[in-house]
Amino acid sequence: MKKPLLFAFLLAVAQSTPAHAKIAVFACEPEWGALVQELAGDKVTIDVATSALQDVHQIEAKPSLIAKMRRADLVVCTGADLEVGWLPQLIRQSGNGRVGTGLGSFRAADQVVTLDKPQQLDRASGDLHPQGNPHLQMDPRRVLTVANALAARLIKLDPANATVYRQRMVDFNGRWSAAIKRWEAKAVPLKGRKVVVQHISWVYLFTWLGMEQIGALEPRPGVPPTSAHLSSLVDVTKSSNTLAIVRAAYQDPKASLWLSGRTGVPAVALPLSVGGDAQAKDLFGLFDSTIDKLLAAAK
Amino acid sequence: MKKTLLVACISLALVSPAFAAEPTRQDRFDALEARIKSLEASAEAMRQQALAAARALEQARAEIESLKTAQETTQSMVAANAPVEAAPVADAAGANGNAFNPAISIILNGSVTHHSLDPDSYYRAGFPLVGEGGPSARGISLGESEISLSANIDDKFYGQLTLAVGSEDGQDELGIEEAFIDTSSLPNGFILRAGRFFSNIGYLNSRHAHSDKFFDRPLAYQAFVGNQYGDDGVQLRWVAPTDLFIELGAEVFRGSANDGAGTHTLFAHIGGDVGDENSWLAGLSVLNANVVAGEDGFTGDNTLYLADFTWKWAPQGNVKDGGITLRGEYFHDDRDGDYVDAVDPLLDQPWSGQRRGAYVEGVYRINRNWETGYRYDRLWADDSGPFASNFDPVRHSLMLTWLNSEFSLFRLQYSHDQPNATDSDSALTLQYQVSLGAHGAHKF
Repeated sequence: MKKPLLFAFLLAVAQSTPAHAKIAVFACEPEWGALVQELAGDKVTIDVATSALQDVHQIEAKPSLIAKMRRADLVVCTGADLEVGWLPQLIRQSGNGRVGTGLGSFRAADQVVTLDKPQQLDRASGDLHPQGNPHLQMDPRRVLTVANALAARLIKLDPANATVYRQRMVDFNGRWSAAIKRWEAKAVPLKGRKVVVQHISWVYLFTWLGMEQIGALEPRPGVPPTSAHLSSLVDVTKSSNTLAIVRAAYQDPKASLWLSGRTGVPAVALPLSVGGDAQAKDLFGLFDSTIDKLLAAAK
Repeated sequence: MKKTLLVACISLALVSPAFAAEPTRQDRFDALEARIKSLEASAEAMRQQALAAARALEQARAEIESLKTAQETTQSMVAANAPVEAAPVADAAGANGNAFNPAISIILNGSVTHHSLDPDSYYRAGFPLVGEGGPSARGISLGESEISLSANIDDKFYGQLTLAVGSEDGQDELGIEEAFIDTSSLPNGFILRAGRFFSNIGYLNSRHAHSDKFFDRPLAYQAFVGNQYGDDGVQLRWVAPTDLFIELGAEVFRGSANDGAGTHTLFAHIGGDVGDENSWLAGLSVLNANVVAGEDGFTGDNTLYLADFTWKWAPQGNVKDGGITLRGEYFHDDRDGDYVDAVDPLLDQPWSGQRRGAYVEGVYRINRNWETGYRYDRLWADDSGPFASNFDPVRHSLMLTWLNSEFSLFRLQYSHDQPNATDSDSALTLQYQVSLGAHGAHKF
């Protein structure tokens, strides 16, 4: 008796959802939320699942995210297994059939060549990403490639606003390409400098700027370092004229402060994503802040 | 390999007396030696060639890589007017037939437990032991290890199979824990599931034991659903298009009635965030079963109501690095039927009444590698009927877990259980639990 009533109610609610709303975008990380904002402005609504102060490897498929996923038309994520611990669960839980594959599913890592593809997959080496290092937002050239593909996707999904997306892409391309030149010029003193990192999140940034990573506090992703490793890292850091010990804003500063205290090399927290510090308000601010902070360490 | 064959032939030839005559043995020997030398030389040349080819290939790859990167920049500059999507970069594994194999995830689990009370003489006042609802085995035990395979079947279905390896009285058993298909493309937030699966009632019930924070299930789960309720059935679930997470659903299970559809459930879960650091989930569920000759001797109408609530707080929302999880579930079991004794019909009697159970637990995540927690369990027996009792079982559990990585943990748990008015059981358990293969994605 109760059940038919319940289903009648469910159907009624389900049917009453508005048909022609704005495209709803679900962005896994703030950098992709910011990119969608650049490309689509107010033509879409954007839900950003995580903040720059969160470790995106370790998010939980929490109820609020399922609710956001439920109404998404387009899911923009990094891919390369960065979100493997929660995104598939969110999509399955949400009952949203539009975003599992196809038009509603966009992965930045599928648009570019990834670096650091492991030669050998063995969890003894930590929580590896078989499809390469996923932290590709730190290379502005790759971001531009992703932007292009994302604009194309928006046009396909929402042809009515195609002109807007096209114009905004041209505009973004102009500003971004100019910014890349500016950043590259500014970062010349960083070329060839050596850095120790907390987690291997920076390969794209260092490759772009010609910097060299000489060690990592967490050499095996997701596995705490051994004390033997840490003591050898102290020696390497001391003897290599190291520029800085770099960590992401979301990471616990303890380990890098410890190494900094032992070696006298400054510990630097970089935003890694939009919102990671006060200056990183958008994608441009993200790179401004990153380069400024590295340059400050070089002085 | 070839060389050994060659050498074997030569030595055969050398010892064979038939060829000992003319031309002289020395001539033949010299000729063969020369031939070996030239063969060796050509083999070496081929090896060098292969090396050179490999090097050239490596160089070509590097060149392609650098070209691609260069192309990315120039292409995007040029293409801005007409944005295009790159064809997804094909992975080498894509060429392999194995690429479509389901994700395989294996959980290995083992434990050693000391009980102060012999599990064989354990009885719980007011609550006969059903299913796997008794105390854990004494000594060393494999516990429950499982293999799970899952994949999208096509554009409309997802499938999952979970096999559990358990041992019962020294006998190994491989059982189908879950085997179901889910729809993945129904419109409007509907999901239909069919097969064998754990019911979505309550909080813990649909979750696999390996995601639990304690070694064993709460007493209420042991007493009312034999640890965990799953069966062959059909489930329809709907997620509301709202900011607040709202999930409603209904299930029909095979159950024990002879129409093969004797158990029905309804469930509702709602949840959301409070700020960046707090998340919560609450649920109300009801399970109604038309029971025929249940394990505890019950035949009749059984309705179980469940209420669950979970609150998680974590600094910046980083749950793996710190924070607190609080959870409570409340069970209300209502029966209207008869107790039918398997052995002695004289014991048969009406069984109508209510029993209740609840637990609350708090888990403190100290950092990425450590967590600790406390759980309080309580059952309220019925003071009339076949299992009448004035005593209400109670249990305290304390655990400490060390997590080396996302894939391995060791857990130490102490619990003090008072199952009846006269006995108490102190149990100390050391457990390992690891996960191999596909990266698990767990529910909240």
